[in-house]
Amino acid sequence: MSYFSVDSVSLSFGGVRAIRDLSFDVAQGEVFAIIGPNGAGKTSVFNVITRVFNASSGRINFDGKDITNVPRHRIVDYGIARTFQNIELFEGAAVIDNLLLGRHRFPYGNLISEICWLPNIRRAEAESRARVEDIIDFLELAPYRNSLVSALPYGVRKVVELARALATQPKLLLLDEPASGLNPEEARDLAFWIDDIRSDLGMTVIMIEHDMSLVSQAADRVMCMNAGQVLAIGAVDEVQSNPTVISAYLGT
Amino acid sequence: MRFAYDTSYSDAQQLLRYRSQWFCYGALAMALILAPWLLPAYYVGELSYLFIVCIASLALMVLTGFTGQVSLGHAAFMAIGAYTHTLLLDQGIGFIPSILGAATLTGFVGLIIGLPAIRVSGLYLAMVTLAYAMLTEQIIGRWKDVTGGFTGIPVSPPSLFGYDLSSLKGFYFLCLVILVAVLLGLINLMRGRTGRAFIGVRDSEAAAATLGIWVGGYKVLAFVISAFVTGIAGALLAHHLQFLTPDGFSVMLSMELVLMVVIGGLGSLRGAIFGAVLIGMLPTLISKIKPLLPTSISSQFGLETFVFGLILALFVMFEPNGLNGRWLKLKILFENFPLYRRNTFRRGKTYMHSERYR
Amino acid sequence: MDAQVVQILQLTLNGISIGSIYALVALGIVLTYKATEVLNFAYGDILMMSAFIGWGLIVVAGIPFWPAALITILIAALLGYVLDRHVMRTIVGQPQFAGVMLTIALAFMLRGLVSMGFGPTSRSYPTPWTGHITHIGPIVVTDLNLVILAAALIVTALLFLFLRYTQLGVAIQASSQNQLAAYLCGIRVKRLNSFVWALTAAMAAVAGLLLAPIALVDISLWFVVLKGLAALVLGGFGSIPGAILGGLLIGLIEQFAGVYLPDGAKEMSAQLILIAVLILWPRGLLGEAHGRRV
Repeated sequence: MSYFSVDSVSLSFGGVRAIRDLSFDVAQGEVFAIIGPNGAGKTSVFNVITRVFNASSGRINFDGKDITNVPRHRIVDYGIARTFQNIELFEGAAVIDNLLLGRHRFPYGNLISEICWLPNIRRAEAESRARVEDIIDFLELAPYRNSLVSALPYGVRKVVELARALATQPKLLLLDEPASGLNPEEARDLAFWIDDIRSDLGMTVIMIEHDMSLVSQAADRVMCMNAGQVLAIGAVDEVQSNPTVISAYLGT
Repeated sequence: MRFAYDTSYSDAQQLLRYRSQWFCYGALAMALILAPWLLPAYYVGELSYLFIVCIASLALMVLTGFTGQVSLGHAAFMAIGAYTHTLLLDQGIGFIPSILGAATLTGFVGLIIGLPAIRVSGLYLAMVTLAYAMLTEQIIGRWKDVTGGFTGIPVSPPSLFGYDLSSLKGFYFLCLVILVAVLLGLINLMRGRTGRAFIGVRDSEAAAATLGIWVGGYKVLAFVISAFVTGIAGALLAHHLQFLTPDGFSVMLSMELVLMVVIGGLGSLRGAIFGAVLIGMLPTLISKIKPLLPTSISSQFGLETFVFGLILALFVMFEPNGLNGRWLKLKILFENFPLYRRNTFRRGKTYMHSERYR
Repeated sequence: MDAQVVQILQLTLNGISIGSIYALVALGIVLTYKATEVLNFAYGDILMMSAFIGWGLIVVAGIPFWPAALITILIAALLGYVLDRHVMRTIVGQPQFAGVMLTIALAFMLRGLVSMGFGPTSRSYPTPWTGHITHIGPIVVTDLNLVILAAALIVTALLFLFLRYTQLGVAIQASSQNQLAAYLCGIRVKRLNSFVWALTAAMAAVAGLLLAPIALVDISLWFVVLKGLAALVLGGFGSIPGAILGGLLIGLIEQFAGVYLPDGAKEMSAQLILIAVLILWPRGLLGEAHGRRV
């Protein structure tokens, strides 16, 4: 039984079949990349995993549990966090508040104790803040801690989104095009961070990426998708030299 | 210039951090406590009304400013709170249980309104709440046996543990104490986990769901909290009005509340207070200005409506972050003086983004 | 025919005629919505102001109906243009909420101005159709109601064809869906928006001039915008045929509710329908579905 598996999942919107009978496995501690042309259904896979959409058929299993029909806000309790292709940060709040929201899944106290700001709430808030500061240090976001998200440059916002996902202390991290819009230096930092996330923080990573150099650097295995179906799965150089993948996506 | 030097994470949780803040809020507290003895009776009554309206404004700010749920019908919650409180008092129930009972019933109605609000958002929710407010006015007007219909019912004076609070000073302090309690409670709620979740629901429902926030549940919670507090304001308003009729809670009152919240600055409790003070004092200010205007204008009753519209328009056009935005800009000006840059808050050119298709 | 059937037919005809006014109001609102994604809450007040201007021209200045109506429509169009050019344009790019707040502010200002200028008394003015009745079998219908119905149908048809088949109409819809892209395609977005506001103000004037003889020239005319919103919601937001369908249905339901349902149902029916439709079928009868890509 693999750590994370997608078994024969299909997704249709009316007449459009976004995903057809898709299956793949991810081992624990692996960095798994998904590549493919636009419209291949890559983000739809993430949307099905995080329950934005209901799969029309198939099962998704994580760490021995079936998560195909879990309510949307419970996915994070299973240890799955994601980032979004078009940044979905909380624009009206500062970076620190965005990250503190990542800690939402660790509840403390009830409504009455929050209204009265009892000592246990006070302690829990300080604890959350301490954890979030660890992540800020890890991703070097300290200069932006109190800035409003709307005022930050694009590259920094991508990192904030990654930080927020890390704040939920996930076991599985889904990154949707983490390097899009980043300059080469930022992309290189990202590759190191993904490596650190895997080795130091012990997380499994699934990422959708178009940047093949990042994929070669960071990923263990790759899956190429086209038109909702798998073209090839395997080690990076294997997939990169696969002729169907080259004709559908990579080009010569 | 002023810097925040925190030495521990709990420092960041303090509400008043600088000596100047302690001084200013202390002076404000002193002024408010001494006011009944220093000001003429008319102003003390006005201040009581202002406190009531501040409570309602805070409640609406939680719903609209923090959770992003537009409500054009909050006067209906005030009406329910007011009528329920009056009827409970008439049954002989004590003041505190009565006001809590009224607030609980209003909160329950907020729950019922909040449930459909999960499916409906933005513009549509504005229309639903507006329709609901008009419906409530009609229902109150026609339910003659209970609410006295369009002719109305009188309100018994408030009394707590045998003390009569219907005197000017008594009622003033009653409203002030309740306002301070509500304000502190909401400040604590908004800076904690629940408040952050509200902001998450407002800014990005999709992201909030992936962080474990049950969007529907929090929307309903916002409605319930907002309705509960508005019910308290409504109950106090009943004592202020001393005679309840449905047209004391018309669509205009709902719009006034929305004005307070928008002009004050969405997303901040301070803004709610600012907005409430400005809009609450506006009728008094207008009646002061009226003698100065030519009689043809001042003799008609449209001046108030016009001024409301004008102020709202000016704020939306020139200061979208409201009074709170202006306050923050001034604060940053003083904190960074003399290194303040004039274009710190310059707005860049933006293009309209369709909210239907994204 | 027996009395019951006659009453039903009479109610139907009344419902359709008052429904046509609601449809005209809904059409004006949906046009601004399709062009700028802003719900024009000031529509009812432009309608009311046109009625007052019409009264002023017909009764006070003594101008005959048709020239007075034409002048009123032109004044309203000019007002709409100016409102967009100088007020709404200042908040381009801000979220939809700001636009709605600004139209509410404009509504208040217009209402206040009319109150101050004209005072609270209700007035009326004569039209070429006042006092004329047509008999269709046993049913009586005033000529004015027939004119209203005709006007609503003509305006709907023209609007539908305009938005669907003319370049200007398509440009209007494009600029609301992606404004920056519309600019890059050479569409003069700002001028277009002002044109749309002028057009909807003219439609408001037509609706106001036709409604006032029935409902009296009075400040409370602005309430009709709420009925228009209910009509829009019922017919489906963003749909022109939906607007007229919704308007007619609301008119019919109101008339029948007034007779067959308990006292007070008539006033509440529009609001109840709005709430029910938005909760149960948010798309309305003919509306479009909107989604957000994540």
